[in-house]
This record gives sequence, C-alpha cells and structure tokens, in this order.
Amino acid sequence: MMGPVLRATLLRALVVLLCFGLVAPIVIVAIASFSGDGYLKFPPETLSIRWYERFLGDHRWRGAIMNSLFIGVLTSIFSTVIGFLAAYALMRGQFRFKRVIAALLLTPVIVPHIITAVAIYFLSARMGLVGFRPWIAVAHTVVALPVVLVILQSALRTVDPALERAAMVCGCTRFGVFRRVVLPLALPGMVSAALFSFLTSFDELVISLFLAGIRAETLPVRIWNSLLLEVEPTIAAVSTLLIAVTATALALDALIRKFQGGPAALAAR
Amino acid sequence: MPLGRLAAWLMLAPALLLLAGVFLLPIGWFLIGSLSELGGFAEIWEEAQDVLFSGTVGRVLLNTNGIGAIVTLLVLVIGYPVSYALSRARGFAFTAILLCIVLPYFTSTIVRTYAWMVLLGRNGLINRILLGLHLVDEPVNLLYNRTGVIIGMTYVLLPYMVLTLFAAMKAVDPKLLQAAEGMGASPVTVFRRVFMPLTLHGVIAGVLITFILAIGFFITPALMGGPGDIMIAMLIEREVELTQNWPSAAMMTIVLLAVTLILYGFYSRFAEQEAPR
Repeated sequence: MMGPVLRATLLRALVVLLCFGLVAPIVIVAIASFSGDGYLKFPPETLSIRWYERFLGDHRWRGAIMNSLFIGVLTSIFSTVIGFLAAYALMRGQFRFKRVIAALLLTPVIVPHIITAVAIYFLSARMGLVGFRPWIAVAHTVVALPVVLVILQSALRTVDPALERAAMVCGCTRFGVFRRVVLPLALPGMVSAALFSFLTSFDELVISLFLAGIRAETLPVRIWNSLLLEVEPTIAAVSTLLIAVTATALALDALIRKFQGGPAALAAR
Repeated sequence: MPLGRLAAWLMLAPALLLLAGVFLLPIGWFLIGSLSELGGFAEIWEEAQDVLFSGTVGRVLLNTNGIGAIVTLLVLVIGYPVSYALSRARGFAFTAILLCIVLPYFTSTIVRTYAWMVLLGRNGLINRILLGLHLVDEPVNLLYNRTGVIIGMTYVLLPYMVLTLFAAMKAVDPKLLQAAEGMGASPVTVFRRVFMPLTLHGVIAGVLITFILAIGFFITPALMGGPGDIMIAMLIEREVELTQNWPSAAMMTIVLLAVTLILYGFYSRFAEQEAPR
C-alpha cells in the first residue's frame, strides 16, 4: 500500500502534467508562429514576424478577418438580445410547456453541427443566401443562443424578484422596472453573454464552411482551406490571432465578473 | 415579479421563431425534401436498405462507434483525476487548473486540431523527442491515421468531460467524506465506497456527452485521419459537397440524429439528477 502522502504527491504530479499537456499545444503554436525558420520548428532557432507579415499582407486573409469580425459582432448582438428576452421569460414567466421549451432551445448544441450546417445549406442554396454575411450571422445565432441562455439564466437567478416588485410598488412601470432594475443588475451577465456568443461565431467552422461560398470566407474557413493543401506556417500566425482573441475574451469576462461566482465558462456548461 | 402569460410568450417569440425558421424547419425540409426525390415510401425503404446496409456505410458506422468509444474511454481516464483535483483545489491552484481547461475549451476546434498536426508531423516535436530519446529509429507516422484522429479528438473533447465531472464532484458534501474517515475508513475506502458512488451520475453524464459529441465529429477526423478513418459526419459532407447525393445524405443524417437524440435523452436524466442520498 502507498502512504497517503506519496499518493497525494503522485496525484498532484499527474494533474500538473495533464494540465501542462492541455495548454502546451496552444502555447507551442503561439511560440512557433514567431519562428524565423523556413518551416515551423519548435523551439524556433531564430525569431521573426515574417509569418505575420505574410498573413496580414495577403488581402484574402485580411478579407477573412473582416468577415469574421462582421459576422461575430452581428451574431453577438442578435443572440444577446434574443437570448436575454427568452432567458427573462423562462425565469419569471409562468406558462405551459416551460421545461419543454427550455430544453428545445438548447438542442442546437447537441445536434451535430454537420447536420445543422447541411440543413441550413439546403435552404440557403435554394434562396441564394450562400455567401451573404448577415445570413451566416443568423445561422451562427442558432448555435450561440444556447450559450447565451445558459449564461443569462444563471445571471438572472441572482436578480431578486423582490427588487422588481418594490420598484413596481413605488410606481415604476413594467418597462421602467425592466430598464432601471433588471437590465443594470443583469449587465455583467449580458456582457459575458455577448463575449461568448462572439467567440462562438468567431471560432465556428462547420456552418461557415457550407454557407461562406467564395464571397464570405471567415478565418476558420480559410484555415481549413489552406490546411487541406499543406500545413503552412502562416496558419500558425492566424491561429495565434484566434488564441489571442479567446484569451482576451476570457480575461475581459474575468475582469467584469471579478470572479464573482466563478467565470461564465462554468455556467456555459 | 411574475410575468403575464402573453408577455412571456412575446418575449420568447424571437428565440422560438429563430429556432423554428433556421433550425427545425431546415432540418425537416432537408430530410423530407431529399427523401421525397426518390418517390413513395416503398422506393425510400428500398433505397434506405441499399444505402445503410452497404459495405461503405457499414464500415463508416463501425469506425464512428469504434473511434467514439476509444476517445470517450481515454477522455474519462485522463479527465477524472483533473476534475478531482479541480474539485478539491482552492485559491491559486483552482484558478490555474481551471485556466488550463477553459483556454483550450474556448479556442477554436480548428486551431486545436492544427496545433496537434504541427506536433505530430514527421518533423514535429513529438517525433523529434522520440528520436532524441532513441525510443524509435525513424519518425513514427502519427498523422493521417487512426492514432492521429484519436489523439486529436481526445484533446478536443477533454474539457467537456472535465467540466461535467467537476459539476458532480463539487456537489459532494465534504462532511460525508470526513464522516467516513472519522469512522475509520482508509482513504481508498472513502474514495471507493463514498466518493465514487456519489459521483457516478456525473461519470455517466460525462461519458454520454463525450460520446454524443464524438460520433458527430467532423473537423478533427477530416484533417488528421487517413482514408481508413472516415466517420459518419465526413460521409454526410461528402455526399453533399462531392456527389450531391441528397437522399443518401438525408438517410445518414437520420441515423446520426436519432442516435444523438436518444443518447441525449439519457444524458439529461443523469445530468439533472441530484446526487443520491
């Protein structure tokens, strides 16, 4: 039998190793992207920003950045507004089929994205919507909505209904209560929801792959298209940009919540 | 402040319209529209037997289940200790472990897949370490085969398992563990007789969610696999993009969708279940 101290030490070592294994691939790509060598080498022998120059110097990559940003921001606005209304209704409303509707609204995360993508493509191809960026944002909103709902439902749970009642008693209208009480109290949750729905869209590949056409290639779609040909180092630079965006969103979320009740990442489960 | 029924429905309307118009309706239309190209029920049934019992689809379904099962098992074995440590950690250790899980979790799947393609290539870091340690004499093929798919998918799906297990483990009352210890149980017994049974529903939920996500996977097997590692999602994509065989894509979609929804039904029972008392 192992002693308890030895066992605890072994477990700790194992967990440190596994956690290292979880972040290492991401960190390695980020470091390798600054390599000055002809191919991706880790550790790099010389440092340079040549892959970033090639990435940002290519108008197709720049176009992909703009497409991703445009679609991401639009998705974020759509899903946060629609999601907030739905989350509030599910929280405070009393109506039939509430559980069924709540479960139904979450199904887009469970149904494989390939099915959602093919089905929306089937519809879009017949309506000439392939390559239309606002439409891609609408499609992304479907998969971002569950994320927003989970975050906002947990945010609204902390809003005391008594405060809303008090405001009503003091003569505030229903809309006024919404604007002056509910919205300000739920604001940190709203910002988290906006950040994570942006990330969902910014990182989404499968739906974009079908809907982008040649006019609206997003960053993940362009990465996909070039990876099918070869593993070229420019993609390391693009990947690092995507990682930086994710890290920034997580940092902003942590900052806004100041770790109140844990990061939204946990609520998003 | 309770909300009136009309107000509640009005607030839900945009979400429900979106779900109906851009999710349920397209899926229904795609399935019914594609299949009705074939004719009546008899023709569809005949074609379905041809497609679903063909050698190709059989092999692909076998691949899908095999890869899904291995990946789920690996993710559970690797994820369990990490979740356990996370559920026990406080302060800095908690934040550090959480960050190691959450950063990959929210990084784009294609970026995570690319990272492993760089690491596993013939001149990649893993091969150079193996060569440097003289464990192998020449570079090992770790990419564009089953090994690559399994490594890549295990990495991508690990955070889902860890976060699901964590939710179950955090709900365990530490007093129960102390009580067992106080009554003379060894740490192994406490783990085996108290902690494990109390977190079993989390393990089942984690296994189900990982398997559900694994069998619908597309990006990682498409980029890291070889010709023998085609999974069902890839076959659906091929039928649509290459051969434009919509009826056959619809049939495979029905199989994948049905399996996913049935497993999800079980999942929601275990995920919502309170820890047994």
